[in-house]
Amino acid sequence: MAEIVLDHVTKRFPDGALAVDDVNLTIADGEFVILVGPSGCGKSTTLNMIAGLEDISDGELRIGGEVANQKSPRDRDIGMVFQNYALYPHMTVRENMAFSLKLAKAEQKTVDERVNWAAGILDLTDHLERKPGQLSGGQRQRVAMGRVIVRTPNAFLMDEPLSNLDAKLRVQMRTEVSRLQKRLGTTTVYVTHDQVEAMTLGDRVAVMRGGVINQVGPPEELYNRPANLFVAGFIGSPAMNFLPATVKGDTVSSPLGDLRLPDERRRRLASNGDGERQVIIGIRPEHLEDASLVGDKRDQGAVFQANVDLLESLGSDKYAYFTVKSERASARHLEELAEDAGGVEMATEDGVQVTARLDAASDAKEDQELEFWLDLRRVHVFDPESGENLTVDTVEGGDEADRQAEEPAKLREAEPQGAAAEPPRTEAGPGGAAEEEPAPDA
Amino acid sequence: MNVTARQRVGWGAANVIVVLIAAIPILWLISLSFKDPSTITDGSFYPHDWTTANYRGIFDQPLFTHALVNSIGIALIATFLGVALGAMAAYAIARLNFPGKRLLVASALLIAMFPAISLVNPMFNLWRTLGIFDTWVGLIIPYMTFSLPLSIYTLSAFFREIPWELERAAALDGATPLQAFRRVIIPLAAPGVFTTAILVFLYCWNDFVFAISLTSTNNARTVPAALAFFTGASQFEQPTGSIAAAAVVITIPVVIVVLLFQRRIVAGLTAGAVKG
Repeated sequence: MAEIVLDHVTKRFPDGALAVDDVNLTIADGEFVILVGPSGCGKSTTLNMIAGLEDISDGELRIGGEVANQKSPRDRDIGMVFQNYALYPHMTVRENMAFSLKLAKAEQKTVDERVNWAAGILDLTDHLERKPGQLSGGQRQRVAMGRVIVRTPNAFLMDEPLSNLDAKLRVQMRTEVSRLQKRLGTTTVYVTHDQVEAMTLGDRVAVMRGGVINQVGPPEELYNRPANLFVAGFIGSPAMNFLPATVKGDTVSSPLGDLRLPDERRRRLASNGDGERQVIIGIRPEHLEDASLVGDKRDQGAVFQANVDLLESLGSDKYAYFTVKSERASARHLEELAEDAGGVEMATEDGVQVTARLDAASDAKEDQELEFWLDLRRVHVFDPESGENLTVDTVEGGDEADRQAEEPAKLREAEPQGAAAEPPRTEAGPGGAAEEEPAPDA
Repeated sequence: MNVTARQRVGWGAANVIVVLIAAIPILWLISLSFKDPSTITDGSFYPHDWTTANYRGIFDQPLFTHALVNSIGIALIATFLGVALGAMAAYAIARLNFPGKRLLVASALLIAMFPAISLVNPMFNLWRTLGIFDTWVGLIIPYMTFSLPLSIYTLSAFFREIPWELERAAALDGATPLQAFRRVIIPLAAPGVFTTAILVFLYCWNDFVFAISLTSTNNARTVPAALAFFTGASQFEQPTGSIAAAAVVITIPVVIVVLLFQRRIVAGLTAGAVKG
C-alpha cells in the first residue's frame, strides 16, 4: 500500500497530441480516487501511466515516495483490472489468480493460501478449476479482481471495470468493488466515464476534460460546488439545466424571470466583476419544485409559471419537462458535454427544454400550467467564456447556503442515470447487495 | 436456410466428384504399390495378385532408408527452427513499432515470391565452396529461409488476434516481456503455431528442387529426391512398384501429422479471454 503522487505529469503522443496536460494529483494511502470524464479526456492514459503501460512525457510519478517514471510495470507492484478483464483463457481460474505469485516465486503453500483466501472473498471457490470461457461476465469480472488482490499490491488500478456488465450486474458489482476496497484499504484509482459510479464509489473524484483535471474533491463537493460549467453538467443525473441570462446590478435576468440571488451569492458574483454582462445560469432539476409543495421555503426562491410538456413518474419522484422561450446557452464546455452525450440537441424548436424533479406528491399534469418554485440559494452562475462558476468559491469551504442545502442533495446524488437504464440503488438487486451498500459519502 | 432435396443432391454430387478427383490418383498409387511387377501394366484398378514385395524391397535399400531418416531429420529441424524464428519475428511485427518494420515485412514477402529454382545454381556453387553441399545443414538453411515468410505471415496474423490487454495484464502481474510471450502468448497462439508448423513441415517434406540439387549421396538426400534414383530389379524393369510404395510410405507421416494437429487447429483456444 502506498501513496501515489502525480507531479506535473504530462503525456504527449509521438504525433504531437497532448493527451494529459500537467496533471497534479496526490492519492493518499488507502484512498479511493475516481478519474471521471468523457471519452478521450485522458483518464485512461493517466491510469496507464501510473501502471507503467505508457511512458510519461513530462513530470514525475511517485509511488510510495519513490520516483517510478522509469520503473517497468512489474517493478511498480501495482494490480490492474482491465475493462475487458484480460483473463488468461488457457489457464483455470486458480492459475489465473496464482500467476503473479508464481512469477514472484512464492511457495506453493502461500500461493494456495492466498488464492483460496481471494476466492473466498469473491465467492469463486466453486469455480477455481474452471476456465474463464466457462464463466459468466460477473464471474470473469471477479476473477479479474481476484488476480489483483491475491498479492496485496501497492495500489489497485481499475479501468472501467464495470462497463462490460449489464445494468443490473453493474450496480451489484459496484457495491462489491466498494466493499472490497474498504475491507482491504488499498489505494485505488478507478477510471470511469459513468458519473454515477464516480459519485457512489470514490472518496474523491477528479473530473478530467481534454487532458486537464478540472476539479478534484469529494463527490458532494463536486455536486454542490462545481468549479465550472463542464463539471456542473457532467456530474448529476438528470443533468443540470443551463439557461442564458444577463447580470445587471443585483438582478439576474433569465428566461425564468428576474432572479434576486441570496446575498452571499450576489456578493461573490459581484466580486467576480461588475456591470451588465452575459452569463449562463445552471439549475439542477431537484432545485425546481412544485410551488404548491414548498410551504414556508417559498420566499427563499422564485416562482414562475410554465406548461408541463411531459411528465415522467418514477414513483419516488416525478420528472417534469417544460420549454422555456430562450436561446440555447452556448459555451465551449456545453458543446463538449453535448458531444459526450452523443450530440443530443438539448433545445427544442421554440426554446430550451428544462427538466424539473418534483416531489412525488405533486399533482402536476401533462399539458397543464404549473407553478414552479426555484430554489435561489442553489442557482449557479457561470461565465460563458471561461466556463468558470461565478457564484461558488470552490477553494474555500463554500458558503452557508450550500452547506444548509447539502443534506437533501446527498440523498439524491446517488440516483441512477435515468430510470430506464438502471434500477434505483435502493433496489440494488439480488444477493442482498443493497443492505451492505455503504452510503455514498460514508 | 432451408435446403431442398434438390440442393442436397446437387451439393452431394459436387462433393463426390471433388473427392473422387482428389482421391483416385492416391488410391491408384496405393493399388500400384501392392501390385506384382508382372501385373503393373494390366490397367486394373484392383491388384489381382496382392504382394508386399514392393514395401519389403524399398526397406532393404539403403537408398530409401537413409533418405527416410534424412527427410524426417531435416524436415523436423527446419520446421522447429523456422517456426521458432518466425514466431519471434511475427510477434515483433504484430506488437512493436521499430524502424525497418515495413522493410522486413516487404522483404519477407519478396522471398516468398522468389522462384526457388532460380537460386539453385548459385547455391550449388556457394554450398560447395562453403563445404555444406550434401549435408543436412545445406538443406535446412534454404528450407528455413523459404518457409520463414510463410510462418511470419501466418503467425503475425494470429498474434494480432490476441488482445493487447493480456500482455499488459501479464506485465502488471510481474512478468518480463519474455515470460509474457512464453507463458501467455505462445499457449494462446498454439493453434496458429501448429498450423504454421504443419505448413512448414509439409513444405520441407515435399521439396524436390533443393533436395535434388544440393545433395549427391545418401548423406543428405531426402525421399522425394531419392525416388528419382530408384532402379528396378533389372535394368529392363521399371521401378514403378517401388516408387509407388515409397510414395505411400512418405505420405503416411503427413497424414499422421495433419490428423494429430487438426484438433488443435480447430479448437478455439482464445475463448473467454475477453468479453464477447
